[in-house]
Amino acid sequence: MNTIFGVPTPALYGQILIGLINGSFYAMLSLGLAVIFGLLRVINFAHGAQYMLGAFAAYLLLTYVGIGYWPALIVAPLIVGAVAIVIERFMLRRLYGIDPLYGLLLTFGLALILEGAFRHWFGAAGKPYAPPAELTGALNLGFMFMPIYRGWVVVASLFICVGTWLLIEKTRLGAYLRAATENATLVQAFGVNVPLLLTLTYGLGAALAALAGVLAAPIYQVSPLMGSNLIIIVFAVVVVGGMGSILGAIVTGYVLGVLEGLTKVFYPEASSIVIFVIMAIVLLVRPAGLFGREE
Amino acid sequence: MSNAPLLEIRGLNAWYGESHVLHGVDLDIREGETVTLLGRNGAGKTTTLRAIMGILRRREGVIRLRGKDLIGLPLHKVAQAGIGYVPEERGIFASLNVAENLMLPPNVAESGMSLDEIYTLFPNLHERRSSQGTKLSGGEQQMLAIARILRTGARIILLDEPTEGLAPVIVQRIGDVLVALKKRGMTILLVEQNFRFARKVADRFYLMEDGRMVNSFPGHELDARMDELHEVLGV
Repeated sequence: MNTIFGVPTPALYGQILIGLINGSFYAMLSLGLAVIFGLLRVINFAHGAQYMLGAFAAYLLLTYVGIGYWPALIVAPLIVGAVAIVIERFMLRRLYGIDPLYGLLLTFGLALILEGAFRHWFGAAGKPYAPPAELTGALNLGFMFMPIYRGWVVVASLFICVGTWLLIEKTRLGAYLRAATENATLVQAFGVNVPLLLTLTYGLGAALAALAGVLAAPIYQVSPLMGSNLIIIVFAVVVVGGMGSILGAIVTGYVLGVLEGLTKVFYPEASSIVIFVIMAIVLLVRPAGLFGREE
Repeated sequence: MSNAPLLEIRGLNAWYGESHVLHGVDLDIREGETVTLLGRNGAGKTTTLRAIMGILRRREGVIRLRGKDLIGLPLHKVAQAGIGYVPEERGIFASLNVAENLMLPPNVAESGMSLDEIYTLFPNLHERRSSQGTKLSGGEQQMLAIARILRTGARIILLDEPTEGLAPVIVQRIGDVLVALKKRGMTILLVEQNFRFARKVADRFYLMEDGRMVNSFPGHELDARMDELHEVLGV
């Protein structure tokens, strides 16, 4: 059997694939956090709960309404985005312009309430969610077998990240968003409805988290705590990439996912802390993050 | 009613937090007029512009554009009523390139300049349209800040110290642009410390001191009043 540095190649490729999949979720989630933080200056601690809500929305749509995976990819983010819009308009909005700590506390509290409520209703155990029939089975890549659904997640997340990046960097709406991130008052003085832009941005960020949640449902089980397990790592990814940097969030998400996978192969004991070690080093050497602008 | 002012301000008071910074300011600007606010640093000129735009929210009094009250409007509706703002710090966005900065403010009327007209008036902006906005020179940033308002079709433009910190040859260029705008019938409210620049374009002057309007006079009286102005402005 072929080996690289004494590691059998199938094990290596397998861990790289797992790393890429985890990285896909890190990237999608840190992307939404970065967009929200950039414009609203809110550290959205409810992001993990919104990801969990997306997965539960898919599960509940299937179980009680008979709406399957493909429509759920659209419907679940719309539902979670709508919930987020209500939260922004009636709660988060009151906290703009004061210490960012309040926004953090509010969203943290919301996350606890949501997770607690879902644990009360559905229990802590995971609910299985089957991948759609079209994406079951595995593909022989020659050097390894890849479950088709996992390949789909990597490809879909790339499209989602690139699509979001294009929306922000190449469209007029994105230009409003970037400009308002720099100087919201002036953008509003030019006649742009910035309060509406803030609402939509929070809705979009939450919808992205929910979309990631639907994609995750067939891989990880649907459980009330699936978000809080992930969100701490995602915050580390955002810090490494640079708070508010869109490109930084995407690139760092994938790279750290793969690095974590490789660590599992070469030094498994360190795999659960490698991302935090990297975060500590980045904070020491480049406090604004790899892609962040020094202020 | 052709003599009714385009912009009418009566008894305007404004506050920064607890401190009362504008005291009963009155100001009229008729359609097509260029009016210049003079005053020492801290006299309330920039504050007056920010209060008109609604950036400074704590205000009392009357601000009417074509008879329509602006004080009750949310910030983004003021621009939509037809006022364009060129702030003192210019407000060019670093995360947008020149073309994106130019296209940023939404149109408020059909009558705005086309991109072709703007690039004819400001050829530098065309050359550098894909550069990062803040990579432009100070003069070019000022041109960009003015150009993006001209694109929107605003009927009145509030210009805060457009010549500040710029080389004489650039000041000359900006003066030419303002004269061209005047010819097109644009209404301009200018805050300016540079007399020689202001006298070329201003139809009337207002003099501010400690948040109050203390005097106003037509442009042709500027020379006769020079001594008095030097006294008040301490220049």
